Amino acid sequence: MGEALKQTPLHARHVEASARMVPFAGWDMPVLYGSIVDEHRAVRRSAGLFDVSHMGELRIRGPQAAALAQRLLTNDVVDAPVGRVRYGLLCQEDGGVIDDVTAYRVAEDDVLLCVNASNIAADLEWLRKVQAQSGLDCEVHDESDATALLAIQGPAALEITAGLLEDGGQAPRRWRFREARLAGVPVWLSRTGYTGEDGYEIFVASQQAVALWDALVAAGADRLALAGLGARDTLRSEMAYPLYGHELDLGRNPLEAGLERFVRFGAGFIGETALAALHPGGPAERLVGLLLEGRAVPRPGFAILADRPVGRVTSGTFAPSVERSIAMGYVPADLAEPGTRLAVEIRGRQVPCTVTETPFYNRKS
Amino acid sequence: MAGKVYEFPDDCHYSESDEWVRVDGATARIGITDYAQSELSDIVFVELPEVGTQVEIGDSFGVVESVKAVSDLIAPVPGEVTETNTALEDSPEWLNEEPYGRGWIVAIEIEDLESLDNLMNAEAYQKYVEERSGS
Repeated sequence: MGEALKQTPLHARHVEASARMVPFAGWDMPVLYGSIVDEHRAVRRSAGLFDVSHMGELRIRGPQAAALAQRLLTNDVVDAPVGRVRYGLLCQEDGGVIDDVTAYRVAEDDVLLCVNASNIAADLEWLRKVQAQSGLDCEVHDESDATALLAIQGPAALEITAGLLEDGGQAPRRWRFREARLAGVPVWLSRTGYTGEDGYEIFVASQQAVALWDALVAAGADRLALAGLGARDTLRSEMAYPLYGHELDLGRNPLEAGLERFVRFGAGFIGETALAALHPGGPAERLVGLLLEGRAVPRPGFAILADRPVGRVTSGTFAPSVERSIAMGYVPADLAEPGTRLAVEIRGRQVPCTVTETPFYNRKS
Repeated sequence: MAGKVYEFPDDCHYSESDEWVRVDGATARIGITDYAQSELSDIVFVELPEVGTQVEIGDSFGVVESVKAVSDLIAPVPGEVTETNTALEDSPEWLNEEPYGRGWIVAIEIEDLESLDNLMNAEAYQKYVEERSGS
């Protein structure tokens, strides 16, 4: 408290657009420009532009950069070719999750980790500690302040961006990235996102973020809506993507969170031994998706009930594209099967819900 | 930053908790103000009281939920709930679209018409909103 909120290079653009600004992980960020639901629907139907410059960028460079990244990350890094993006977890020795990140294989000797804003300091400390202990030949740099990150997401995102691509090159395929120039601005164009829609996340030098933002806004015209963190949260919730601090924290591991496809046993990452031994019969608790009856909104912390309290909501919202209230939360493994009937306590009332397959939203439906 | 422009119809009384009251005889129709709906944005759920519920000034008689937040509905006048706008259960977005029209929430048979004296007129309420939004 009392500490000044940080501003992204696009702060003035948000204020000009009458965004409602809220504190988020120490940053003054746009939660909405007009309506979360409208912005959400724009991303599903056409495209939305997000400023996610609060995210951190930690760069590992040196002959053994990939080896260090592999020590840190549950997913495969060493075998990832240059130009690949991998999602993975940073785990403690006991398997608890320090952060969930995307790892960019920039070069043989160069890996970028894109990390959660709330975890930049902790991640940096962890990376440096592991580097020092391992003696691996590489250096860790915090490039967060020098780097802005924009996301353009939605079925029209690629077409809008293509008009600004100067080298006429191909769009990178999913989970790949490459250097490019957009409207004269050097960027890294990454075919990734946090919405369940096609699109890009675009890394750009902070001082050129406004020029890129303006070019995208002009190119997108009425096909592109500005979208705030509110829509980012409803979109990721419909996809059941975890959010650190909600579904993931030091007391949870990737296996209970259902993220085993991002855990590469044998890769030699920190926490691997613990994770391999932790759940001989499977995790005692699992993260599930819940589809509620009615429209009351399950908020984080609300109790999940069977005949007794069995867990708490980690994320919940009214899902604009599903048109239902949805939630996530950890429940005992024997209650985690899809179809299991549970309830969420909302203001003293038990609102029935059903454990459901995730994602809640399917693009083809 | 351009301040938002809100509507404050002259034929309503206004509460400090951002409800409006429109009186017709002894019946008060009640909703939330344009400012309140704008602050909440994206209203997705309304919890209505039972018809016949007795309320005192300051009682919570229902709940409005937006994607972001939950807000209690606070009774601005005392009396008995005689009607509720059940169409809001399927169309809560009416509260955003027409807060003073089809977004009305309940009708209350007012027990004490003098209680209206405690509420603000449009001009006073507008001032009250501007003080808080500070734009």
